[in-house]
Amino acid sequence: MSVSFPFSAIVGQEEMKLAILVAAVDPSVGGVLAFGDRGTGKSTTVRALAALLPKMKAVVGCRYGCDPAAERGLCDDCRQRLAAGPLKSHSVPVPVVDLPLGATEDRVVGALDLERALADGVKAFEPGLLARAHRGFLYIDEVNLLEDHLVDLLLDVAASGENVVEREGLSVRHPARFVLIGSGNPEEGELRPQLLDRFGLSVEVRTPGDLPTRIEVVKRRDAYERDPDAFVAKWKKEDDRLRRRIVAGRGRIAEVEVPDAALERAAKLCMALGTDGLRGELTLVRAARAVAALEGDHAVGDAHLRRVAAPALRHRLRRNPLDEAVATTRVDRAVQELFGA
Amino acid sequence: MTQPVPEGPSPWDDAVLAAALFAIDPAGTGGVALRSLTGPVRDRWLALLREYLPEGAPLRRLPIHVTDGRLLGGLDLAATLRAGRPVAERGILAEADGGVVVIATAERLGTGMAARIGGALDAGEVFVERDGIALRMATRIGVVALDEGMADDERPPPALLDRLGFHLDFSSIRLDQAVRPSVTATIVAAARARLGQVAADEKIMEALCGAAMGLGIDSIRAPILALRVARASAALEARDNVTDADARVAARLVLGPRATILPAPPPPEEPEPPEPPPPEQGENQQNEDDKPQDPGEQELQEILLEAAQAAMPAGLLAQLQLGGGGRSRTQSSGRAGALKQSTLRGRPIGTRAGDPRSGARLNLVETLRVAAPWQRLRRHEAAQAAGGERAANAPRVEVRRDDFRVNRYKQRTETTTIFVVDASGSAALHRLGEAKGAVTLLLADCYVRRDRVALLAFRGREAELLLPPTNSLVRAKRSLASLPGGGGTPVAAALDAAMALADAVKRKGQTPIVIILTDGRANIARDGQSDRPRAEEDALSAARLLRAARITSLLVDTSPRPQAQAQKLAAEMGARYLPLPFADAATLSRAVKATTAEPDRGLAPAR
Repeated sequence: MSVSFPFSAIVGQEEMKLAILVAAVDPSVGGVLAFGDRGTGKSTTVRALAALLPKMKAVVGCRYGCDPAAERGLCDDCRQRLAAGPLKSHSVPVPVVDLPLGATEDRVVGALDLERALADGVKAFEPGLLARAHRGFLYIDEVNLLEDHLVDLLLDVAASGENVVEREGLSVRHPARFVLIGSGNPEEGELRPQLLDRFGLSVEVRTPGDLPTRIEVVKRRDAYERDPDAFVAKWKKEDDRLRRRIVAGRGRIAEVEVPDAALERAAKLCMALGTDGLRGELTLVRAARAVAALEGDHAVGDAHLRRVAAPALRHRLRRNPLDEAVATTRVDRAVQELFGA
Repeated sequence: MTQPVPEGPSPWDDAVLAAALFAIDPAGTGGVALRSLTGPVRDRWLALLREYLPEGAPLRRLPIHVTDGRLLGGLDLAATLRAGRPVAERGILAEADGGVVVIATAERLGTGMAARIGGALDAGEVFVERDGIALRMATRIGVVALDEGMADDERPPPALLDRLGFHLDFSSIRLDQAVRPSVTATIVAAARARLGQVAADEKIMEALCGAAMGLGIDSIRAPILALRVARASAALEARDNVTDADARVAARLVLGPRATILPAPPPPEEPEPPEPPPPEQGENQQNEDDKPQDPGEQELQEILLEAAQAAMPAGLLAQLQLGGGGRSRTQSSGRAGALKQSTLRGRPIGTRAGDPRSGARLNLVETLRVAAPWQRLRRHEAAQAAGGERAANAPRVEVRRDDFRVNRYKQRTETTTIFVVDASGSAALHRLGEAKGAVTLLLADCYVRRDRVALLAFRGREAELLLPPTNSLVRAKRSLASLPGGGGTPVAAALDAAMALADAVKRKGQTPIVIILTDGRANIARDGQSDRPRAEEDALSAARLLRAARITSLLVDTSPRPQAQAQKLAAEMGARYLPLPFADAATLSRAVKATTAEPDRGLAPAR
């Protein structure tokens, strides 16, 4: 399909939309996992993101789309360019890259350019999906079905922010910092705990249970299929508004205060839930700050913490035999005990 | 719930109608799941479908064990070498663009394959990132999934079924009923041309959504598919508007077979909504919503429910009426275990880059395939290194370590059987010997299946791990033989220990099975106090944890006579219950086999 379904036209699924907006405002939150029922628009939401994101500045001619403003994160090519003179930049869309099932390792990490090897007998590096996703989003639908060796590889790169390729005597390293977005249906296989921990936020996606919402979903889907362009045009205003909120949020986030009281609240909540390590706490605070920035607030408060408590913490509870749904209730209960009803 | 089920058209008529509607809009209606053994009826139907499809529309058969390269596309090695530049090869999905993919024995289709096909169905295109090639190809396809499953749980993966509009079952159609229909390919073609201009009222959408909900269909894809089918039906009838009759067809063909509950009889009463909004609230909302709408709509919804009911298999109706049919979510979550089962077989599923020295098996053909395109470059390099001349002893094919491809096998999920043996005074006196005998028997089974085993014993105040998971059955036997008896019965502690162990096993990616041998007469509470009521309470709550974690379990009652306590414990645990007095070697072994064969049994109440 040529134009993707507009982000703002997605009915319900507030938690998933919020988590994605949070990641768009502050990528350091560390990825979003959307797990849940079939046919709830998980992929649609992520694919809609590409059209929603404001453009970014990138170095002209850089294969990795380096950020001209961040000197420390430049790739080797851009360093050389910088040595020769100031970097030229242009606006490019933020990449939202699909990692399809069945992808082979060479396309993910990059490999020798086959065409040039065959035609000219030259060794040249052809960047892969990780390079393309740099500074953007890497989306894996059915992430729980991804081959283990690819998962290991992704974990490695996601942790280091750098992709190292050694092949045919070619040694390339380039920055690869991206927000990992995964979606899947838990009934088809569980996610390896190592990969689960890697996601900052984990959202549960459920089929809407009430009739009016369901009718609205069907109506909008139908309208979109009948005339995609008209439908997208109709929602353009909403999408534009959302885009402005993201831009404003990004501009504001550095100024959003995190008062000690909020830090203490977050710490207490994590303690009450017995989450492992500090990562939960950190993600919770960061995500709450991003929510505050999105809302135009100047300081993080209980309301912000509340909205992201479940997605930031539910996958970090000490492994409990009870299933995810119960994990959510546990978070909710702890929030209620701590923050009051 | 005794309203008469309205008679619908005969199954063959519906099958023909489905074929026509599917052929009008293959990509929109998703496809057909066809449950039938091979036979003339199915062949006739397939021939009819071929007739209805547009002339020249591709129809590709998809073997279920097809490689990713063939399914999605990739590098065409022969053409690449010939042309001296990378040549892409389309996969079966892209080849079928504008047509239909037929999947034989779809009940054995793996989840991974279903996900790939589902992705292509959703997006209408397939993304290929393989063998140095990145491609995006249109795949506007419909899928016919030939389901030859016999047992109830032998079905195509739910991820695929969810995306196919029609679910047909041919088991009740006799050959003489499968007559040539009056609908011709010309009519279908005319309908296809008209499809684009068919309009559907909002009230049709509302009624379809309402009917889907009334039938307990959780997936929102169902009403979307139903709407498309209703449109196709209108086009088939040469109408420009979807009418109630078309909605009825959609309800019968799309919604009926997906029903998980019986619609509540009029006056319409919402069946308990699956989600948090409490029933009263949901109802209010709905009533408010209904008020401004014209009264005809509620009626339409009822008509649709009736139409859908006509398509529901008789067995299902009976089952649902008994209240035995769970909601869709419970049913599907029960599948989780069963699906995992399909990974039991160790089948090679492709290759990956890797070093054969680390014990993996080298796949020579794949390795050579990978090396092939690089030969020119490498020879060129080698020649340069040798000073322009080709070294006399240069290998014909230069294979480097980067090229090595090793086989990947679908990992056989190992099963670890955790034995939890009650060695307390109550059990020990007369039954411990027999329990040991039973365990020895079961160990023999484990040996046959190459399971790992672990042994927990409980007596006095606590449970003790006698043997951590091991492959050594000899050790298991030895530690069992030396197991002393006597003391209290800390059932809760034992179950907690079993739970922790099972969880650890699960996290290693293996499947735990818990087999408990006890009389269920707990008398030591979790905190180690001897307090019978509390001990029993604790034991039941520990049992519920096992059930919630969906751990497959079997409870062997070791008391001289079957005990209500042990039965209750088994029920709370979701375990199979087996009284030992009746359990000879063969029964025990059968019970364990049955338990392991259907791990999802863990969810069902004990029978």
